[in-house]
Amino acid sequence: MAAAAARWNHVWVGTETGILKGVNLQRKQAANFTAGGQPRREEAVSALCWGTGGETQMLVGCADRTVKHFSTEDGIFQGQRHCPGGEGMFRGLAQADGTLITCVDSGILRVWHDKDKDTSSDPVRLPCPDGWGRWAGLLELRVGPGVCRMRQDPAHPHVVATGGKENALKIWDLQGSEEPVFRAKNVRNDWLDLRVPIWDQDIQFLPGSQKLVTCTGYHQVRVYDPASPQRRPVLETTYGEYPLTAMTLTPGGNSVIVGNTHGQLAEIDLRQGRLLGCLKGLAGSVRGLQCHPSKPLLASCGLDRVLRIHRIQNPRGLEHKVYLKSQLNCLLLSGRDNWEDEPQEPQEPNKVPLEDTETDELWASLEAAAKRKLSGLEQPQGALQTRRRKKKRPGSTSP
Amino acid sequence: MAKAGDKSSSSGKKSLKRKAAAEELQEAAGAGDGATENGVQPPKAAAFPPGFSISEIKNKQRRHLMFTRWKQQQRKEKLAAKKKLKKEREALGDKAPPKPVPKTIDNQRVYDETTVDPNDEEVAYDEATDEFASYFNKQTSPKILITTSDRPHGLSTVIPNSHVYYRRGLALKKIIPQCIARDFTDLIVINEDRKTPNGLILSHLPNGPTAHFKMSSVRLRKEIKRRGKDPTEHIPEIILNNFTTRLGHSIGRMFASLFPHNPQFIGRQVATFHNQRDYIFFRFHRYIFRSEKKVGIQELGPRFTLKLRSLQKGTFDSKYGEYEWVHKPREMDTSRRKFHL
Repeated sequence: MAAAAARWNHVWVGTETGILKGVNLQRKQAANFTAGGQPRREEAVSALCWGTGGETQMLVGCADRTVKHFSTEDGIFQGQRHCPGGEGMFRGLAQADGTLITCVDSGILRVWHDKDKDTSSDPVRLPCPDGWGRWAGLLELRVGPGVCRMRQDPAHPHVVATGGKENALKIWDLQGSEEPVFRAKNVRNDWLDLRVPIWDQDIQFLPGSQKLVTCTGYHQVRVYDPASPQRRPVLETTYGEYPLTAMTLTPGGNSVIVGNTHGQLAEIDLRQGRLLGCLKGLAGSVRGLQCHPSKPLLASCGLDRVLRIHRIQNPRGLEHKVYLKSQLNCLLLSGRDNWEDEPQEPQEPNKVPLEDTETDELWASLEAAAKRKLSGLEQPQGALQTRRRKKKRPGSTSP
Repeated sequence: MAKAGDKSSSSGKKSLKRKAAAEELQEAAGAGDGATENGVQPPKAAAFPPGFSISEIKNKQRRHLMFTRWKQQQRKEKLAAKKKLKKEREALGDKAPPKPVPKTIDNQRVYDETTVDPNDEEVAYDEATDEFASYFNKQTSPKILITTSDRPHGLSTVIPNSHVYYRRGLALKKIIPQCIARDFTDLIVINEDRKTPNGLILSHLPNGPTAHFKMSSVRLRKEIKRRGKDPTEHIPEIILNNFTTRLGHSIGRMFASLFPHNPQFIGRQVATFHNQRDYIFFRFHRYIFRSEKKVGIQELGPRFTLKLRSLQKGTFDSKYGEYEWVHKPREMDTSRRKFHL
């Protein structure tokens, strides 16, 4: 049942205890999935992304540097691969053309072939004339230490952007050279003539253009345009006083929703840099945010162990709230349009009528007389029972 | 009956007037004249127009009189109803229905979905592997640094293995790496405002959560009346009451990890953290069992009340740290029956 129902889960959430949770909002159920059967803190999920084939497969990046393949159709973990190199947790996970792209904290960005899913790959290093390590079928880039996020451009799967603490925003083309395509420049010194520190916490590509939005740990939201000659941000706004930890684009494409370490969610318009409104409810730091591509729904998860679905417009407010007992690290919202899981029901009626026809045949083969006698006996007994029940009811309420 | 009422309500000359008026009216009533103007006796209050309330009388003294009379009548009726109910219960004896339980805010508490179920495996695993696991697995024993900007506090005597240092205005973020280097497991900072403590920051050290509390109703040891002798060096037992939700569990474990594992029952000392309606009451007692069921207790030690303001995931970093729970008054305090701890 759980396996069959897994495909209809609307939100997939990764936790700090290593459990992957699938939440079905229609039926208000949450199911736990673990690779080994028991939760393990070493397998804390740090990154989630959809795999090949639409939303039937998911890639789960864990703290012990393994990337597990999870099938949403069957609800089981299908395989895993160990991705060594560098230190720290996965900060970005993406897949493109049958390859897996991973980026870790210390700044090692690697592209892995997807062919050997089940074996932990120990790549053989081939000597290369240009000097930087090109492994058999793999690509490695050094992005710079302190990476906080690596994001893939949904329109161009081979383009990724990275940013982090004291690590400026860089856009890399994995098919091109090993130098970044775009390297952002820091803003001018502030009014005290001090250098403004850099801490890019989350990056999103804006659809329909080459622009990028980042949110920083110094509560700034910035828009960069690689097409324009200036490398500094085109737009900069601030929100709140606490570091912004997560960001997502709204369906319209004109605004972003950001969340900070105090659980405050805000929608910011990117055309003017204005605050459009806030969303209430979260009590802990926001770790994951995602908007549905067409519906005005926002899924948010955080350290307060609750998954919330908010409606962004008409009217703005909380729709669903699910308590999931572990601290939540990241989430994936299913982008499908119909949220009802009707296709499951035709499966069951297919089975039941079959059984019915069999039993009908059995009955037909038996003597009809016996059947009638039994049914005759049952009915008066049933009536007596109901009468007794009826008599009992007023009696039971008196004391 | 009415005369007595009048005498008790009014005073001085007015009572004499009322008495005179009452006497006159009584004579008139005795003469059988029928209804009088002012309802001295209840059945004659029908003279008022319908929909009339006592508050519409313009004369303040008259209004006061009518109100007190009405109030006494209500009281009498209530007493009569109570007596009647009591008689009925006695008459029924064993068959009487159980007494209705009065509603209190604790009774009416909104069920919190994060209440921990003792059989829940996921929560049990989460707790078994959280930052306090090393304490609860008896791998580390607590060593606490208490600091405050001014004079020493009674808290150091209550918590064994604690060292008090003056803070002298040092930044906490600089103190913390030093504490970790010297193997301290917890840091307690008492924030004072004009010599009265009003805040408590409790930080579990290697990389553990930091809780920030608001402290109120602080009574130092010398201010507690009828207290026992000074607390001895024995390790006290700990009582943690009523920490039911997941957040409550985390805070409860945090308090528990302040004290060493092996309470010395010889000392007969006990520290209690009692949570009620999101306020945590701390008391320190010495107990003695006089018989199987009777216990005598003496309050030693300071007492104070704490209210959780925020729980942060790492060590103290109020600006850039990630918070696990932040108290937001406008969002969380909207219902009088919803509590978080």
